[in-house]
Parts: sequence; structure tokens; C-alpha cells
Amino acid sequence: MTHDHNPGRRIGETLLAVENISLAFGGVRALTDISFDVREHEIRAIIGPNGAGKSSMLNCVNGVYRPQQGTIRFAGQTFRHMHPHKAALMGIARTFQNIALFRGMSVLDNIMTGRNLKMRCGLFLQALYVGPNRREELAHREKVEHIIDFLQIESVRKTPVGRLPYGIQKRVELGRALAAEPRLLLLDEPMAGMNIEEKQDMCRFILDVNDEFGTTIVLIEHDMGVVMDISDRVVVLDYGRKIGDGSPDEVRANQDVIDAYLGVAH
Amino acid sequence: MLYREAGQFKTSYRADQQIFPILQDRIGMLVLGFVALVGVPLVASEYWLTAILIPLLVFSLAAIGLNILTGYAGQLSLGTAAFMAVGAVATYNFQLRVPGIPILVSFLLGGGTAAAVGAVFGLPSLRIKGFYLAVATLAAQFFIPWLLVKVSWFSNDSASGVITTQPVEILGFTFDTPLRKYLFALVVVSVLALVAKNLVRSHIGRAWMAVRDMDVAAEVIGIRIVRTKLVAFAVSSFYCGIAGALYAFAYLGSVETDGFNLDLSFRILFMIIIGGVGSILGSFLGAAFITLLPILLDVALTEGATALGLQLPSGMTSMVQLVVFGALIIFFLIVEPLGLARLWQIAKEKLRLWPFPH
Repeated sequence: MTHDHNPGRRIGETLLAVENISLAFGGVRALTDISFDVREHEIRAIIGPNGAGKSSMLNCVNGVYRPQQGTIRFAGQTFRHMHPHKAALMGIARTFQNIALFRGMSVLDNIMTGRNLKMRCGLFLQALYVGPNRREELAHREKVEHIIDFLQIESVRKTPVGRLPYGIQKRVELGRALAAEPRLLLLDEPMAGMNIEEKQDMCRFILDVNDEFGTTIVLIEHDMGVVMDISDRVVVLDYGRKIGDGSPDEVRANQDVIDAYLGVAH
Repeated sequence: MLYREAGQFKTSYRADQQIFPILQDRIGMLVLGFVALVGVPLVASEYWLTAILIPLLVFSLAAIGLNILTGYAGQLSLGTAAFMAVGAVATYNFQLRVPGIPILVSFLLGGGTAAAVGAVFGLPSLRIKGFYLAVATLAAQFFIPWLLVKVSWFSNDSASGVITTQPVEILGFTFDTPLRKYLFALVVVSVLALVAKNLVRSHIGRAWMAVRDMDVAAEVIGIRIVRTKLVAFAVSSFYCGIAGALYAFAYLGSVETDGFNLDLSFRILFMIIIGGVGSILGSFLGAAFITLLPILLDVALTEGATALGLQLPSGMTSMVQLVVFGALIIFFLIVEPLGLARLWQIAKEKLRLWPFPH
């Protein structure tokens, strides 16, 4: 599962930059003055102990939370805060820590829903299911089938997701995010609760997405082996503050990071 | 053995996306359509048409309407009958006040009026969910029938708020006999059921289900929650409105707007609970169950009593009906929360393997 960081990989300009983000829920300061950037085509990990504010950070990036301070710059545009719809339109997709699939729908429908933004037919055409609407459905079905092939979940495409095992559900959720053909993919603990084989599969999918589609990935993960192997750069958060930022090796050697993870004598 | 999909390979996505991908289902639907269009008119008595089949169709349509809102989009509503009332009264008024308007246009406008009213009463859904939303839709249920009685303009100043519907006439052909009314209702309901199926398998349907199942994830994907919910309310109310118009024009002929009360709303809610929440087929099954069960119980009790030589006290049958009715609803909620449609699906899965257990 090692990933060679070959220098020829096309890491580009800054795609996303969060600057001085602060977020508080009442008196609880979830994030304090966080800044970091993500370059095009890179895999960027966010790590930190539980409650460090990692998920809150992602929620700020795609507009689920509104930070009280700071700006988010994505693809050349600067925002005080994102809005989820705007984020989706600009090509930010994400998966959730606790699987957030549409449980009553089949795998196919879940992934098709990921393409809803790209569907243009009005209510009237949908009601008749003729001509443009049928063509649109079929064209998108074809794209979705590519994703189903890619994730190797062909055999369950018509199964309601509620009936699937956990590891496959995580995969379907990745598929739903990929269906939007995102520029930036936010993955919130894509490997949580998986066994070693499932983790290896998921790593392979993430690396393939990054290599083949050139998708920029921001990833929250607790498995340090995985993080150090697949990410280009790592941000470390602790109690809502940034305590480290750099390549996996730099972060590993950072004393603050070691203290945060291993504890420190007071 | 008979119900096998083995060997029925699909070589295109188009073939795979049919409503009935299995050959046996298509044959079944053709047979059903033939029976409904040709068989029923040949054998059905007037009683069967007016007391059973026409209300069955009308309630199926209303149940589809509620199922779109509650089953697919996940918004609980107790205002179904109110939206039916809007549809009935609006259709009546368009027919009455616009000279020379074709009846089908009146129906569409009536449904449209109900859709607009439904969207307005759907506004609370943007802030509240579940039981609280149900209470908010109760407001519609109490307010609308009250308004329709209070303002006598709606019923053309009839003394008791009763509207007496105009004859249904299309291109010079009048749907006046029970049989003709049945056929009219059958066509309207079939077309609208097909439209509903098309909607729920297109992207608006997926958006509804996404909002129902996980609204945060839906929003992150880029689904506009506000718009999706309001469209669900509008489409649902459109269906209820047309059902209300059929209720007046094809079933009763003259209706009291007071009749569109909370009882009726609950009855339609029971239909989708028993039939299957989130299923077009379930809407029909539930409507059939709720419409036919009282009649069956009635017949069974009277026949049984006669056979045993007993004299049942008057009113007894209706009491027993209510008791059995309530018991069945509780039974269904416990045993099969997904309703008759789910039972049908399980039966089909078993039939695929029959006579083998695996």
C-alpha cells in the first residue's frame, strides 16, 4: 500500500486556501485561527486527536457550518463562508464520518443522486419520461455504471444500501461523491472501522481517484500508517488549533505533534 | 416456477430502466389493464361501480398524492382532504364561471390551484419536521374546509355549502352513467399513476428520497432542500386536488365541502401506511384494502349471522368493523411497517425460488 511520491506528479497551484478560520458554538471554540492551503491534485491529510476540530474544518469548507471569522478561497474566488449548494456547484464533494447514505434507496439511485446537479430536464419532461429526459437518465446511468465498475460494486447495484455491510456502504458513499465529478473531494474518515483488507481497498480507490481523475483530496484519518503513506502533506489540529503542517516526515518529527498524541507531563 | 426472471438478460440500460423489467410483470399488467377496461364493464353491476370501483380509483389517486409527499419526500401531512376540497371546489368554479371551458382543463386548473395552496401550506416544512409538521398541516385541514363553507361564493351561494357538479363532457361525449364515470376515472387515474411513477424514478424523485433519508447529505450534494420540499408539496397537492375533483365529479356528484374533513385525511394516511409508504403500487393496495375491507366485513358478518340463524343487533356490524379495522392497522404497524407493497415484494422474491427454499 505504499505510494511512491514520484516528483513528476502534477501538483499544481493552490486550489483551496482557508485563512484564519475561527468557529465557535456558543462558548465552545471548535476552531481557532486556522490557516492552510491545498494544492491542485494533491492528497492533503488532516489529523488530530478526537475533538480536535477536523470534521468542523471540513464542514466549514463546504458550507455546512459558517465560521465566525476568516475566509475560504476556492478556485480563485474568496468567500466569507461557503454555502453547501454553492460548494457543490463549484465542485466540492464529500463523504461523512458516520455514513450518510440515503438508506431507502438502491446503490444505483444513491450514486445517481450524486449527479442530480448535472440534470437539467424540467418537471414536465420528467413526468412524461420521454425524449430528453430519457436520454439524460441513460447518459447519466452510463457514467454511474463506470463508477460502479471502478469501485467493484456491480453485484449490489440494485440492493438498498441499508442492507449492505459497512465497508461496502463506505464505498458507495465514495461513489456518490465521485459521481459529481468533483475538483475537490473531502473524505471524513473513509477508513474508520474497517479491517485491513477493506482499508487497503479504500486506499487503492483513493489513490486511483487521485491519479486517474486528478481529483484533489482532503482526507481526515486516524490510521497513521495510511496517512503517512498516501498523503503529500499533513495538517495537524489539536483543540481547534493548528499545531503542525508539512510533509509526513516533518509532521512525524514535530515535537508539538508528538506531545498532542502521546501526552506530555505537566 | 412460473415467476422466473432467469434468462431475461438486459443488454441496454434502457431495457434495464423499464418500470416492469420482468416479462411476467408486464404480462400481469396487460391482463390487469384488459380486465379493468373490458372485463369490468362487461360484468360489473351498478353497485360495484358506484360503491366500490369508482371510490377505489379516487382514493388510490389521493393515496398516490399523499405517498409522494409522505412516502417519497418524507414530509408528514394531515391536510390531504383539505387539498382534495380545494381541487373539487376549484374545478367546480372554473367549470361554473369560465364559459365554454373544457372539463379536462378545469380539472388541470383545479389541480393547479390545489398545488398552489399546497405549496403555501408546505412553507412550514422548511423549518419544522415530523410530528410538528403534521400539526402545521392540520392548520390547513381545519382552515380550508371552514373557509370554503364560510365564503358561500365558493359553492355558488348554495344554502348548505354543497356543490353540485356539472356533467363531465368531453368532445360532446357525456360521462353520465356509472360505467362511463368509471372509465373516465380509470383513465385519469392510470395516466396520473404513470406520471407519478415517472417522477419518482427521475431526478426529482431521487431528490425527494434524498431529502427524506438524509437531508444534510442531500444539501451537500447540491440538492436545494427548500425547492425540493415545496415541489413535493405542490405535486402531492396537485394529485390530491385531482382526486378531490374526481371525488366530486365522478363519484358523488354533489359534495358537501364539510365532508373533506380530518377523518378523510386519516383514512388516506391509513391507506398509505397499510399499502406501503414510498410505493406507487402500495397506494393502490392500501386504497383497495381500506375501501374493500368494510364491505367484506359487512358481508361476512351478515352472511355469517344468517347462516347461524342469529339476529345481530343493529349497529353491531359497524362496531365490529371499527374494531377489526383498528386491530388490523396495529397489526400492520407491528408486523410489516412497510405495508402490503412490501409483502407483495417478499412474495415475489419467494416465488422466484419456489418450490425450492434457497
